[in-house]
Amino acid sequence: MLTKRIIPCLDVKNGQVVKGKSFVDLKYAGNPVKLARKYYEYGADELVFLDITASYEKRKIMIGLVEKVAKQIFIPFTVGGGISTIEDIRNLLKAGADKISINTAAINNPGLLKEAAEKFGSQCIVVAIDAKKIKNKWEVFVKGGRQATGFDAVEWAKKVQELGAGEILLTSMNKDGKKEGYDLELTRKISESVNIPIIASGGAGSLESIAKVFSEGKADAALAASIFHYKKYSIKQVKRYLQKKGIGVRI
Amino acid sequence: MIAIVDYGAGNLKSVKNALDYLNVDSIITDDPKNIKKADRLILPGDGSFGYMIENLEKKDLVNPIKNFIKSGKPFLGICLGLQGLFEESEESPKVKGLSIFKGKVLKFRKGKVPQIGWNKIFPKQKNIFKEDFMYFVNSYYVVPKDNSITATITDYNGNFVSAIESNNITAMQFHPEKSGKAGIELLKRWLKC
Repeated sequence: MLTKRIIPCLDVKNGQVVKGKSFVDLKYAGNPVKLARKYYEYGADELVFLDITASYEKRKIMIGLVEKVAKQIFIPFTVGGGISTIEDIRNLLKAGADKISINTAAINNPGLLKEAAEKFGSQCIVVAIDAKKIKNKWEVFVKGGRQATGFDAVEWAKKVQELGAGEILLTSMNKDGKKEGYDLELTRKISESVNIPIIASGGAGSLESIAKVFSEGKADAALAASIFHYKKYSIKQVKRYLQKKGIGVRI
Repeated sequence: MIAIVDYGAGNLKSVKNALDYLNVDSIITDDPKNIKKADRLILPGDGSFGYMIENLEKKDLVNPIKNFIKSGKPFLGICLGLQGLFEESEESPKVKGLSIFKGKVLKFRKGKVPQIGWNKIFPKQKNIFKEDFMYFVNSYYVVPKDNSITATITDYNGNFVSAIESNNITAMQFHPEKSGKAGIELLKRWLKC
């Protein structure tokens, strides 16, 4: 049976891991290579490495950092942030990334998504969807949560699957950084609307909230940052809890 | 020296990173001469069945790979590098595979596709595999005609063949180079056989 994945996320700004509340108020939380290594040793199922400022500052990801991380980490490794061309994707895959997460560029240029999936395979194309609840709908935001798009998150999720995305990294902007739990309704809605895996993100707080995103949110993987960076829980603690709740994990 | 076949796709670097970590010399190559003189050959995989076979053909690598396998030296196929050894795939119906083994490659019809994540492998016989979690990313799985080559099975809404073994050929659907310590240990055991 396929197990549920626990994925620590390293949001990186200026070469340092940072963590903020609802996309602003950033605080430094450590060295990315060291943290990546530590999470690998402690049983992370995958890692995500997001250059959270790359998109709006039009900076390119630091290839060197990716290379360093890839040499020490023998679990899958996703890189995102400011990726807007086929060349960016090729360079990051060459540097050792296993998957590339595309956000703003997928909205601006859906053709990029299609081309990337055809060239490199859907398995390495993750589409990041940042969604904010407005009345009874979820709207897609881009540029690190700074720009509304008018797109409905559920419709957009279906569209990116059609264009060739292999996975969706779904972040609830309302819940992000608040440690009050994931947006279960949003996660379930999208997970049931598509046939590709959903990585839920934004709001990991208690152990129960992580169990719920699997049992009620129907997520395939859960992303978390601050609960691990600030040592609220270890990856093992999370997995043991999930196992006790009858959720299959790799231990 | 281990040769890692470069057919223009896939994350070859991660296979090489794992071998570097184990202090084993390897080269990423599309040169038939390097394949011929290699002590061991790895055919990794990402992309589609058709893309891989067509590129191997374009680069004149089909015969060098087949000859290497015939030589009896250790061969390792990973992911598409397993699927490509069979005759045909639902992914690319018009493309003929390397046909080292009889059988075909079918698409998962239940659950989310692709299967992405950690799943358990169960060895069917005494071999280099151990029961453990490995990292999978696949929409397709092999169905060998000859059951005796099945090395491990895995359950994804039903059992499928997750690795095969036959003489000098070892091939697996999952990615040992991305399966953490269990994967590294498996690569170590392959390097000793």
